[in-house]
Amino acid sequence: MNRFIGFLALALFIPAAFAAGGGSGIVMESHNDVGNIASLQRGARNFVNYCLGCHSAKFVRYNRVARDLGISEEDLAKYLMWTAEKPHETMDVAMPADDAARWFGRTPPDLSLIARSRGVDWLYTYLMTFYVDESAVFGANNLMLPGASMPNVLWELEGRKEAVFEETVDDEGNSHEEFVEFRQLTEGSLSPEEFDQFATDLVNFLDYMGEPMQLKRQSLGIRVIAYLLVFFLLALALKKEFWKDVH
Amino acid sequence: MANGQAGAIGERIRSVGDWIGARFPISSMWREHLSEYWAPKNFNFWYYFGSLALLMLVMQIVTGIFLTMNYKPSADEAFASVEYIMRDVPWGWLIRYMHAVGASFFFIVVYLHMFRGLMYGSYRKPRELVWILGMLIYLALMAEAFMGYLLPWGQMSYWGAQVIVSLFGAIPVIGDGLSEWIRGDYYISDITLNRFFSFHVIAVPLVLLALVVMHILALHEVGSNNPDGVEIKKHKDETGKPLDGIAFHPYYTVKDLVGVAVFAILFSAVVFFAPEFFGLFLEHANFEPADPLKTPEHIAPVWYFTPFYAILRAIPSKIGGVTLMGLAIVVLFLLPWLDRSPVRSIRYKGWIFRTAIAVFAVSFLALGYLGLKEASPTYVLLARIFTFLYFAFFVLMPFYSRWDKPKPAPDRVTYHHE
Repeated sequence: MNRFIGFLALALFIPAAFAAGGGSGIVMESHNDVGNIASLQRGARNFVNYCLGCHSAKFVRYNRVARDLGISEEDLAKYLMWTAEKPHETMDVAMPADDAARWFGRTPPDLSLIARSRGVDWLYTYLMTFYVDESAVFGANNLMLPGASMPNVLWELEGRKEAVFEETVDDEGNSHEEFVEFRQLTEGSLSPEEFDQFATDLVNFLDYMGEPMQLKRQSLGIRVIAYLLVFFLLALALKKEFWKDVH
Repeated sequence: MANGQAGAIGERIRSVGDWIGARFPISSMWREHLSEYWAPKNFNFWYYFGSLALLMLVMQIVTGIFLTMNYKPSADEAFASVEYIMRDVPWGWLIRYMHAVGASFFFIVVYLHMFRGLMYGSYRKPRELVWILGMLIYLALMAEAFMGYLLPWGQMSYWGAQVIVSLFGAIPVIGDGLSEWIRGDYYISDITLNRFFSFHVIAVPLVLLALVVMHILALHEVGSNNPDGVEIKKHKDETGKPLDGIAFHPYYTVKDLVGVAVFAILFSAVVFFAPEFFGLFLEHANFEPADPLKTPEHIAPVWYFTPFYAILRAIPSKIGGVTLMGLAIVVLFLLPWLDRSPVRSIRYKGWIFRTAIAVFAVSFLALGYLGLKEASPTYVLLARIFTFLYFAFFVLMPFYSRWDKPKPAPDRVTYHHE
């Protein structure tokens, strides 16, 4: 019986071990922590400054962000609310969708749930692996999403870098371009460590946006399970008392 | 004086009770189904899942009622209304997670409940109808889950429904017309969403409730089986109470309460700490709104359908795959007449039958796993092998259940007092 349950648990868990990789097969682990409010505040700043020009977050309300992240209404209006009049509005973009589709080939996706559909590791790797590619429309390509239609909007911060590829031939005689390393071409306004922190904070905010109640969910969960453990002990004692007379 | 008042109130309650009792069979129903329903005293771990399935049914209905208050069944608004529930409706996120995770837990419980029946021969005479009604519940539950999964209107909702409904198109002559009739359109559209909503919130739940009542009534008519698979009604005391039977209430109500507590802890662990359950209960692709113009790279149904999906893909022809998938369910209905063993329970069946059940369990889980994966040549080959084993379990049962050398079953149930 116990072996069967173990097997069942295993059968349910296995698929999680085979998370899908990107174009290059390289996935960098995001070390963001949704419990880190300072990081979330920086991430919110990064988001409105660098993403919200093109990407909406149409399910996210400004005042909810302010409340969850401990930001005052004044600071909210001053530093974050670029695209809205009232704090209860959602994060929409000013850019008309038709124009966006014409300029970029497709409308930049809404980012409210991007952390839930793509996963944080995907997003972090995506932000960290832009490189110079003169053949691309906007002069940049990406390891996570080859042929990405998004320009490298963070190049001023990170600086320009090129990717070094190596030609490899597999067993069937097909040649592949395999990524080796990045080479920094120009300095950015941030150091590599600072840029890494920038990307991590941004991913952290995207993670929060995908499921704003996740912190509350976990703290409530601990209390619910603690209550249920007490309930379990009472139920068990009740059962034992009644079953004394079953022989 | 206080005593006198309490006595007067007690008197008043009793008279209301008597008034109802004279007009409704409340006390005879209580006796028949609870206080004098004699259940075998040797129920083990596996017997929790019946009451847990009932609990899940109630929970899905209650959470569903609250979701319906804010959900909008329209292609333009459905996805956004689910996010509205998740973000703006007070406690909406909890209700939604309970409902979505609840669907998966419902299937876990039902699969374990069915496996219990398989192990202890609960489908054998005179419980054939209990088993068949249970199988009908399982079918209704699959329809309920399938139509419910379209409602969030995510990419996987949309394309999963597209794939499953198009399967009906494989039926000769009427196929195309039939799938069009189900969708109400040439593709999955707003019209489909509306009718699936209607089926999901009212039509199928009504059928489910009726079937569950019949399942329990049929069970209480013939009495519960037990892990020894022996009939407790063979030995009764002078009042007609089976010697190995105990009153369902209070003995099993308090015992099932312990099961409910443990189950609630596991359920809460998932709801509060892993509601997506690594993309198995809530698939990642379903956090993208449905896009009829963009087919996802990899379409897989939710885990509880994947064993049958794997069987479907194992067969190179569409009509063959659909037929075999249907047969995979049909053979389960026939189980009571396939088993010719003189004993009911796996405890007394011989090594052939025990091995067969183990092979079947492994095949079912393996098919479930393969149904989640892409259809690579290796996986398809494996799916074919496990499909063969799945069917061999049923088709060969009339033979191996007779060749098998069972141990003698005891006359009375085995029960060790703790």
